[in-house]
Amino acid sequence: MKPENNEQLLLQGLARNDKKAVETIYKDHYSVIQSLIINNNGSADDARDIFQEAMIVLYEKARSGSFELHCQLRTYIYSVARRLWLKRLQQSRRFSGEIVNTEEVVHVEEDVEEHVKRDLEFGMMEKAIIGLGEPCKSLLEAFYIQKKNMQEIASNFGYTNAENAKTQKYKCLMRLKKIFFTHYKNGTK
Amino acid sequence: MNESNDIMILDAVERYIRGEMNPDERLHFENLRKTNGEIDQLVVEHTLFLQQMNRFGEWQKFRSTLNEVHTDLTEQGKIDSDRLKGKARVVYLWNKYKRVTAIAASIAGITALSISGLVWSVSPKPDNSKLQDLSRQLQIVKQDQRNQKTVINQLQDQTKMPLDPSILYKSGGSGFLIDGKGLLVTNAHVVRDATNIAVQDRAGVVYNAVVAFADFDKDIAILRIQDNNFKPMGPLPYAISKATTDLAEPVFTLGYPRDEIVYGEGYLSAKTGFDGDTLSCQIAIAANPGNSGGPILNHSGEVVGILSTRETAAEGVVFALQAKHIYKALDELKSKNDTLFQRVKLNSKSSIAGLDRTQQVKKVEDYVFMVKVN
Repeated sequence: MKPENNEQLLLQGLARNDKKAVETIYKDHYSVIQSLIINNNGSADDARDIFQEAMIVLYEKARSGSFELHCQLRTYIYSVARRLWLKRLQQSRRFSGEIVNTEEVVHVEEDVEEHVKRDLEFGMMEKAIIGLGEPCKSLLEAFYIQKKNMQEIASNFGYTNAENAKTQKYKCLMRLKKIFFTHYKNGTK
Repeated sequence: MNESNDIMILDAVERYIRGEMNPDERLHFENLRKTNGEIDQLVVEHTLFLQQMNRFGEWQKFRSTLNEVHTDLTEQGKIDSDRLKGKARVVYLWNKYKRVTAIAASIAGITALSISGLVWSVSPKPDNSKLQDLSRQLQIVKQDQRNQKTVINQLQDQTKMPLDPSILYKSGGSGFLIDGKGLLVTNAHVVRDATNIAVQDRAGVVYNAVVAFADFDKDIAILRIQDNNFKPMGPLPYAISKATTDLAEPVFTLGYPRDEIVYGEGYLSAKTGFDGDTLSCQIAIAANPGNSGGPILNHSGEVVGILSTRETAAEGVVFALQAKHIYKALDELKSKNDTLFQRVKLNSKSSIAGLDRTQQVKKVEDYVFMVKVN
């Protein structure tokens, strides 16, 4: 199998959140990114953050279905990680110069910008859900994320029947949607 | 629109978006959507929201996969990140192996349970039928043990007069000294129909006793130890209270529901006894057959009552005869018998008031006896 085909398969696995695929990519590319970060004023923790963020960018791209890798996986991950790290360094004003490239770099600015925006949205969503407190948090997660049905939820959460659980879920949902749409509208303006 | 309506509409919208509606319902809903702008808006908005929730959920899942993979690869040494150290490593290993640990623990648990079950099944079972009866029926076997113990005691101390070994005591209760020279108080029902009475101290030494006074109405009896081996004991550590106890006052008791002295604690729950009986009071305490006749003491070491009966219908409800009746009983006894008891005076000052509970119990337990009757 040619390496490109192999990488295409890995991306398909990645889009399915397949642990084996994630492991393979992780294992093959982590050390390059780690040396990039550590050689440019970063710590091992920074390396982990940046690499995982680059993996998320790759995941989102792979999921979108329209993604075609025009370069090696290694080059793409390196380019994204480098871009992310530059942004981070600029934000923290630790560094304003250039990163010495040890690898080939491709143009990933749009991908990264898109990711940053999405990351912000998800971060907000996460905060909003945590901010709801219990039982809202678990109730909504069970229904909308774990996709459990109301009967199951009612018995798991100790509601006497699915109707009671539905009422509670409705109240929680209204709170979350209010927060969500406030942020959403502010975010898109 | 009221809330239950809103909930119904949301439910419909969600089923519509998820494609869970049957064709008819779907058609109906789509018509509604066309005519009702509010509902149409809700569908659009909710679709957006659900999409976002979906992606958010997947994003979360992917991030947790990443973290798992990172930790695994680091632990396996396949990537050169800082290995987890100290506590974090313990947490990691615990999470990784908790299934194994849980299985091991449950196997250990099951093994332990089955062994104890096995032991239980071959060990003699307690006779549950006894539990409702407040004056304890002693088992023949236990009595045999007691007799053996008596024999051993005799061997240890040849000066002790042997009790008649042919006496088998059938029932029993508790009692406590009100005078160091050998006067005990117990319940009258404990010594009802008794031909022989013996009292046994904490060390297992048995003394013969006789009933000096019994009032079955009040359920109080005074026993006198008539045994040459009994050495008069010093002043009593506890006082006998004349006052009525206050509600909710914490109390404790010592007694012989089994062959070992047993401590229990509770509180005064009502100032009157069963059916408004003014002689007694109600106490919330765990009491078992054999506790009958035991002292109820308050925190300053005053005897406030004699544990007498238990309501069969309710757990933990016990009635105690108020301690002032000990004074009355003694007065009656004095009026009947001119010489023997004239000099007996009940202790009205507790010497263990300031002690902690453990110390109080240590002082008191030598003065509480098991009363055995046949």
